[in-house]
Amino acid sequence: MVQKLNYLKETPSQTAGPYVHIGLAPGAAGFEIFDQELGWDIAGPNAKGERIRVEGYVYDGTGAPVKDVMLEVWQANAEGVYAHPEDGRAVEDGFRGWGRVITNFGTGLWGFDTVKPGATPGRNGTTQAPHLNLWIVARGINVGLSTRMYFDDSDNSADPILGLIEQAHRRDTLIATRQNDDIYRFDIHLQGDAETVFLDI
Amino acid sequence: MTNRSPTEYYQRDRQWHPPAFAPDYKTSLSRSPRMPLLSLENALGEVTGPVFSHNDIAEIDNDLLNNFTHGGEPIGERIILHGRVIDENARPVPHTLVEIWQANAGGRYRHKKDTYLAPIDPNFGGCGRTMTDADGYYFFRTVKPGAYPWRNWINSWRPAHIHVSIFGSGFAQRLITQLYFEGDPLIAKCPIVQSIPDPEAVDQLIAALDMNATIPLDSIAYKFDIVLRGRRSTLFENRLEGN
Ligand SMILES: [Fe+3]
Repeated sequence: MVQKLNYLKETPSQTAGPYVHIGLAPGAAGFEIFDQELGWDIAGPNAKGERIRVEGYVYDGTGAPVKDVMLEVWQANAEGVYAHPEDGRAVEDGFRGWGRVITNFGTGLWGFDTVKPGATPGRNGTTQAPHLNLWIVARGINVGLSTRMYFDDSDNSADPILGLIEQAHRRDTLIATRQNDDIYRFDIHLQGDAETVFLDI
Repeated sequence: MTNRSPTEYYQRDRQWHPPAFAPDYKTSLSRSPRMPLLSLENALGEVTGPVFSHNDIAEIDNDLLNNFTHGGEPIGERIILHGRVIDENARPVPHTLVEIWQANAGGRYRHKKDTYLAPIDPNFGGCGRTMTDADGYYFFRTVKPGAYPWRNWINSWRPAHIHVSIFGSGFAQRLITQLYFEGDPLIAKCPIVQSIPDPEAVDQLIAALDMNATIPLDSIAYKFDIVLRGRRSTLFENRLEGN
């Protein structure tokens, strides 16, 4: 016999289901309940840097847009600072760096306004190219999916995470395309030939 | 800016969680990635996450008996749902946001996409949120939700459940799950529950009747502890050659 380690087990995940909006975006579910909903203002009024909008669809394995998905964003500010005590650096007053967004129920299009983040520290003294951390839940998704969005007008060539992706063409699934002045397009494919690279963080 | 690599969260045990592809839960077929996940060592963006405070929520937000009142209280079995948010090292996760949503006592959601014939309760919204205290403790007051039918097989019914969303302190701990109620015979028949392969993991989602926490003549109580990923406390630095 051997001693017991006595670690607890993480609570297992379950799908967010079709009615995730009731809990996390009740206004979209069709009713007003809280004084303020959380996650609608990612950057706040004082954030420095470039104001951008990100839009896209999440597609299922048949190529249909997923209309009941919810995405969360976690990002650094324009200087690459996360609004969290462990970062140790200050952010602008009102900058949270976190947001949540749901789709248009009719079309599946989602979008959010924020600022373009700066490069952030990676492990072992490396630097990660500017990116948004994304987390995706929906009916039919049993464990929330983590991925990232990089920017096609940044230099991503030395990014240590993109460099880990063995099939070079799949790196493009994590890179958003600048459409015009300030809108980036980022589509996510849950399955199929264009399947997005999802992360086990 | 620190050059030091942050200590990591313990690897998520993917055998303990449901797989992405769970054929009996039909919607998962077209919504499950088929390529392997890319495994990352945690850096700053994974060990940090949004910080919430009491300014973000209102005092009444955890009281679903009263947070959507239109002149009365909701119909149904009055319950207290309480427990702690802790990590795999059994340490409390303090001051973290816990959000819940649920159907009413008849099994109907207040959602424009829910068309089940059970009635909407005019005094029940079905969502709440709270922050854990310094010991990781949280509680809600609500009604026990009803079972409801859903389109999977011709005759599929969800066991009574409450959806729960938890943040923790790093974005790598982010979790959404569902809690079930002790003694519900529908748990064993539900393809969403049964997507979890290990029966002990299913048990971890079943809230226990907690007679010690009931309020006599007022509310029955269920206890539901939530475990988030633990984190290394010691840094074993794995320096790359030349660093
Ligand atoms: Fe549900």
